[in-house]
Amino acid sequence: MGIFSFLKKEKSEEEVQKLDQGLEKTKSSLFGKLSRALLGKSKIDDEFLDELEEILITSDVGVDTTLKIIERIEERASKDKFINSTELHELLKQEITELLVANRRDDNDTSVKPYVIMVVGVNGVGKTTTIGKLANKFKSNGLNVVLGAADTFRAAAVDQLKIWSDRVGVDFVSKGMNADPASVAFDTVKHGQEQNADVILIDTAGRLHNKVNLMNELSKIKRVMSKVIPDAPHEVLLVLDASTGQNAFEQAKQFTAATEVTALALTKLDGTAKGGVVIGISDQFKVPVKYIGVGEQVNDLQVFEPRSFVDSLFSEDQ
Amino acid sequence: MFENLSLKLDKAFQTLKGQGKITEINVAQTVKEIRRALVDADVSYSIAKDFTNTVREKAMGQNVLTSVSPGQLMTKIVNDELTDLLGGATSPIQLQGNPAIILIAGLQGSGKTTFSGKLAKHIKSKGKSPLLVAGDVYRPAAIDQLKVLGEQIGVEVYTEDGSKDPVGIAENAIKHAKRNANNVVIVDTAGRLGIDEHMMNEISNVKKAVQPQEILFVVDAMTGQDAVNTAKAFNDRLDFNGVVLTKMDGDTRGGAALSIKSVVNKPIKFISDGEKMDALSVFHPDRMAGRILGMGDVVSLVEKAQQNYDEQEAQRLQKKMRRNTFDLDDFLKQLQQIKKMGNLKDLMGMIPGVGKAIKDVDISDDAFKGIEAIIQSMTPLEREQPDLIDGSRRKRIADGSGSSVTEVNKLLKQFGEMKKMMKNLNKGGAMGRMNPAAMRRR
Repeated sequence: MGIFSFLKKEKSEEEVQKLDQGLEKTKSSLFGKLSRALLGKSKIDDEFLDELEEILITSDVGVDTTLKIIERIEERASKDKFINSTELHELLKQEITELLVANRRDDNDTSVKPYVIMVVGVNGVGKTTTIGKLANKFKSNGLNVVLGAADTFRAAAVDQLKIWSDRVGVDFVSKGMNADPASVAFDTVKHGQEQNADVILIDTAGRLHNKVNLMNELSKIKRVMSKVIPDAPHEVLLVLDASTGQNAFEQAKQFTAATEVTALALTKLDGTAKGGVVIGISDQFKVPVKYIGVGEQVNDLQVFEPRSFVDSLFSEDQ
Repeated sequence: MFENLSLKLDKAFQTLKGQGKITEINVAQTVKEIRRALVDADVSYSIAKDFTNTVREKAMGQNVLTSVSPGQLMTKIVNDELTDLLGGATSPIQLQGNPAIILIAGLQGSGKTTFSGKLAKHIKSKGKSPLLVAGDVYRPAAIDQLKVLGEQIGVEVYTEDGSKDPVGIAENAIKHAKRNANNVVIVDTAGRLGIDEHMMNEISNVKKAVQPQEILFVVDAMTGQDAVNTAKAFNDRLDFNGVVLTKMDGDTRGGAALSIKSVVNKPIKFISDGEKMDALSVFHPDRMAGRILGMGDVVSLVEKAQQNYDEQEAQRLQKKMRRNTFDLDDFLKQLQQIKKMGNLKDLMGMIPGVGKAIKDVDISDDAFKGIEAIIQSMTPLEREQPDLIDGSRRKRIADGSGSSVTEVNKLLKQFGEMKKMMKNLNKGGAMGRMNPAAMRRR
C-alpha cells in the first residue's frame, strides 16, 4: 500500500456520471457526425476521412496529430477492407487510447515521503484551484498535506491558497506577497519535512512560457527544493486549460525545458472545450495526463484514465 | 504574436513561387496549406474553410494577371481578406451616461479581473473617475485581488463582504458611484461557462438590473476551437458590445481572434499584453493582419518607442554622436533606453522579416546585463576615454563585473567599431545612401 495507491481505486458511479456529463457534448457531436458520415457506405472514403479530420480538429487535436490518426486509420482500414460503424469506433478508440496509454508512467512510487509536487502553468489555467482539489483528495485519504504559497506575484494569490488550505484543513506555508518564491518553496519543503508531511504541494505564479526571465525563475524555484530533499520535486505538474488551442504544445515544450514536467492536469473539461490537444502533447512529450478538472467544487477532480476518457468520448449510451 | 502563422503561410506561398499565373491546380495546393496553417493557428475549422474558399475565388478571378507574381497576389488577397475578417475600423469604448456602466464577462481564468484593473487605469488616465465593482463572489480571494489592484492604480473598489448576490452588489455600487461622483463603473464578474444555465442567468440578471452602456467579453487569446462556442454562448445571452483579447504577450498564434470576430461580428476593442497595469493596447485589425502575414508591425514598434523614449535624452545623444564625443556612459544610457521599451524579443518581432528569423531564438531581457556590468565597473574617466583602459584596468574591470578580460576586450573593440561607424555616418556618405527617396528611385 503506497500513498498513491488510492488513486487507482475504481471510479464511483457519480464520478463516471460527471465525466460523462462533461463530455456529453463531445460525445454526441463526435459520434453522431461519424455515424452519419459512414451511413450507407461499405468502406472508408475521402469524404469520411474529411469528416473525421474536421471532427478531430474541432476538438483541438491539432493538424499533425489528426493526420497521424487518420493515417493509422487508413492503414488499418485498407488492411481490413470492409469496416462498419461499430468496428470503426473501436478502431478509433484503440488508436487514440494508444497515443495516451503508451506514455503512462507508473506514478505509484510509494517509498518517497514527503512527496513534493510542484504545480506550474500559464496564467489562469486553474493551478491554485487544482491544488485545492488535490489537497482535499490527499487529505481525505488520510495523508498529511502541506501547501506552499510560492505565487507571490499575482494580486491576492496567497489569500486564495490560504482560503483553500482553511477549507480543506491542511497546513500552509507563506511569506506573504512579493516574497521570493524560491525561498517560499524552500521553507515549505523544509517545514513539510520537519512536520513529517506525506505530500507537499507548491503553488507557483502563472507565467507565459515565452518570458525567459520568469521561466528562469521557475527553474530556480525547482532547483532550490532539491537543496532540502535531493530528488525534490518528485513531480512537476503542468496544468493545461482544456479550452487552450495549439499553443498548449508550446506551453508543454517550454515548461518541460524549464522544469522537466512529469505529468499533466487538464482543467475546465466541464465546459464545451474538448481538450483534444492533450492527445498530441501526451504523445509527443511522453508525459501522462494525470488529473482532469470537471467543475468548480472541491471534489471535481478526477484521476485521468485514458481508456475511460476515450470510452466516454465514444460511448453509445446516449 | 503570429510568427508561427506567417511562417506557415510563407511556406504555402513558396509552392506558388516561380509560377506565371494562378491556376486551379497550384491554387488548390496553396489554399489547402493556408487552411491548415489557419487551423493550426487555432482559427475555427469552418471559418478557416470559408476564408480559404473566398481566397480561392478571388485568386481564380485574377488568374490572367501577369504583372505580379502569384505569390504576391495571394499575399495581397489573404491580407485583404484577413483585415476584413478581423473587423474593418476600430471602435472606441462607450463612456456616455452618468455613470457609464461597463460589464465584464468571460470564462474562468480568461483575465477579467486583471483587465478590469487595466481598464480602470486607462479610463482614469483620460480624466474620468472610475469605480471598480467586485462582483466575483465565488472564487476564493477574487475580491481581495481586485482590492489590491485598485490600490495599485489608485481607483476605489466597491465591495460587499459576505454578499453572494452580484445583482445587488452591482445595483448598490451604482448608487455609491452617483453619490461619490464616479462617472464610470466597471463591474467585474465571476468566470462562468457558456453552458452553465444558472450562472448565465445570473449575469443576464446583472445586465437587466444595471443596463450597461458597454459589455465586454474577455477571452484568452490562446483559446482553441472552443472560442466559437463560447463567444456565441455569451453573445446569445448578453449581446455584448466588444471583445477583449488577453495574454497577447504570449506566443499564441491567436486564431481565436479571427474566429470570434467572424462568428459574433463584434469588434475587438482591446488587447491585453502584459502583467503590468498599463499593458493594455487598442486593437488595430490592419496591423494585426499585417502581422499575421509576417509583414511586421512597424507602426506599433514606432508607437512603443515614442511612448517610452525620452526625446531630450535622444537629442542629446544625437548631438554627441555628431560631434563624435559619444562615450561609454552614453552607450550605457542608450541600452537602458532600449530596455525601457519592453521585452527585447517582442520588440524585434515587430521588425518586418525578423519575427520568423528569431522564432526559436531565446533573447533574454538580460542580454545587456553583461555589457552593463562591465561599463558600470569602469570609472567615470574610463567611460569617457576608453583609450585609457590598459591591461591592468581591464583586469580590474573584468573582476569587478564578474566577467573575463576577453569579454572586456570584446566590448571595447565593438565600441571602437561603433564609433568608427558613427564617424562615417556623420560624413554623410552612408546617410545619403539611406535616403528613402533615393531608394525608391532605384
